Amino acid sequence: MTTANKISAPLDIAAIRRDFPLYSERKLRPGSRSVVAYLDSAASSLTPEPVLAAMDAYYRECRANVHRGMYAESEEATRRYDLAREKLAAFLGAAPEEIVFTRGATESLNLLAYSLGRDLGPGDEAVISIAEHHANLVPWQQIAKDRGFAVKFIPLAADMTLDMAAARTIIGPKTKIVSVAYASNVLGTIAPVRELADLAHAAGAIMVVDAAQAVGHRRIDVKEIDCDFLALSGHKMLGPTGIGALFGKRARLEKLAPFLFGGDMILDVRKEDSAWNEAPSKFEAGTPNIAGAIGLGAAVDYLAALGIDAVREHEKEITAYAIRKLSAIPGLSLYGPSKEKDRAGLIAFNVDGVHPHDVATILDRHGVCLRGGHHCAMPLFRELGLNGAMRASFGVYSTDEDVDALVAAIAKVKAVFKV
Amino acid sequence: MTDMIHNQIPEASTEEERIYKENVLDHYRNPRNRGAFSPCTFRHREINASCGDDLEMFVTVESGKISRIAFVGRGCAVSQAAVSMLTEHVQGKMLVEIETMGKDAMIGLLGIPIGPSRLKCALLGLKTLQNGMVKNKI
Repeated sequence: MTTANKISAPLDIAAIRRDFPLYSERKLRPGSRSVVAYLDSAASSLTPEPVLAAMDAYYRECRANVHRGMYAESEEATRRYDLAREKLAAFLGAAPEEIVFTRGATESLNLLAYSLGRDLGPGDEAVISIAEHHANLVPWQQIAKDRGFAVKFIPLAADMTLDMAAARTIIGPKTKIVSVAYASNVLGTIAPVRELADLAHAAGAIMVVDAAQAVGHRRIDVKEIDCDFLALSGHKMLGPTGIGALFGKRARLEKLAPFLFGGDMILDVRKEDSAWNEAPSKFEAGTPNIAGAIGLGAAVDYLAALGIDAVREHEKEITAYAIRKLSAIPGLSLYGPSKEKDRAGLIAFNVDGVHPHDVATILDRHGVCLRGGHHCAMPLFRELGLNGAMRASFGVYSTDEDVDALVAAIAKVKAVFKV
Repeated sequence: MTDMIHNQIPEASTEEERIYKENVLDHYRNPRNRGAFSPCTFRHREINASCGDDLEMFVTVESGKISRIAFVGRGCAVSQAAVSMLTEHVQGKMLVEIETMGKDAMIGLLGIPIGPSRLKCALLGLKTLQNGMVKNKI
């Protein structure tokens, strides 16, 4: 079923690629052009066979609801669903009851904004950074408008890392929540999350980490970070779409009010009032994405078998190679921290004088898949004075040849636009 | 890493030449009717948020016809070339003709294949002109 068990460090990328249908099946794309390089893993990663197989097996072998049926199929579905929670918990250094399944990081952050934000009011502050994805900005902004609290922004330093000197002055007695992306989806900037958690806790605030771009790409231990909450998306870590999770420290989850109401999150319902199930069930209203959770569990297995440190090492090497290659192209502007340790496996850039969507269109014609635009981080682009940017992002299956294909296709862009 | 699957990049792709053909690039580099003017019968601005495209049109109408039209803004080659071509096309035309101009006519004017992801770019100019007419009850 999987080659993952046979893989040991250093990673055999050719073997890994055989696990991904995009590479192994050589199917023609819509539009009949072959994929040369998939460099949009920060938007969504590819999904390996064992993940597809685990989801398929659920639908074929035990297609029933979880937590309800008193028959073998439902019990088996429940077992696999709960096992996925255990796997993800272990992967993050958490306990299973500290993991809430959601649709993804966006829902996790909305849950927090609503359930934490409703206790805040005038005079209170939530602190985020200017480099946040809209998913970690708009929920806070909107609840803040409703409840009358303020949202403060940690700026970037000149080298595109978080301005920690500013953070130390912004995080203070009024701060009730600090919520920051572990890795910026545009700049790749790695935030010093432990340091921020210490600042937050010293101010008596709750620390939230948006780890959508970090989980599955580097070792994450929620105890080391000492965050109160951490949000992640399955589809950015080799899992399926539509599943993600919220980690919350047990005591925090117990105190937190539920966000969605419905089945499975209920202890007792009367005509006048209701009582909630314990966490994490309290936050999982309605029939969950059972297959998605099982698929996410399989993605965790896959990454764990490769070794998450080996995955990080590989992505770091590709990123360093790409920075070297792209820096050598005249008329290209690169954004993001210059030090490798400060950046995740992605690079934002512009071909000077060419709109990102024109660049993306021509790259696509050469089978090179990249996203161009504002990457759901409009305040950051305003701050940078840019309309948008291209972004090359890498996964464990990315190779130097992918980068070479990008470099060759950029030459075509420059030829067409004569820049 | 000899096992990698990497198709060769074609030497000269005619695909991109079909989209970014010389005519389109010429309008992008040398836009016609670029600039603002006042007084005008109406001006109208539209933004294509997902692209960061931003377009404002200035229009003078005389005897039911567009006598003068110009635009300012920024955007990708497709959107900028489309609006440049549109301003040339509608010059001297009756407003009723512009009201009924559809997306196919605009794509026909551009003369290039437009996929779903670039449709908004191609239509931004037409949308700006038509919405401006509606909003100003022209």
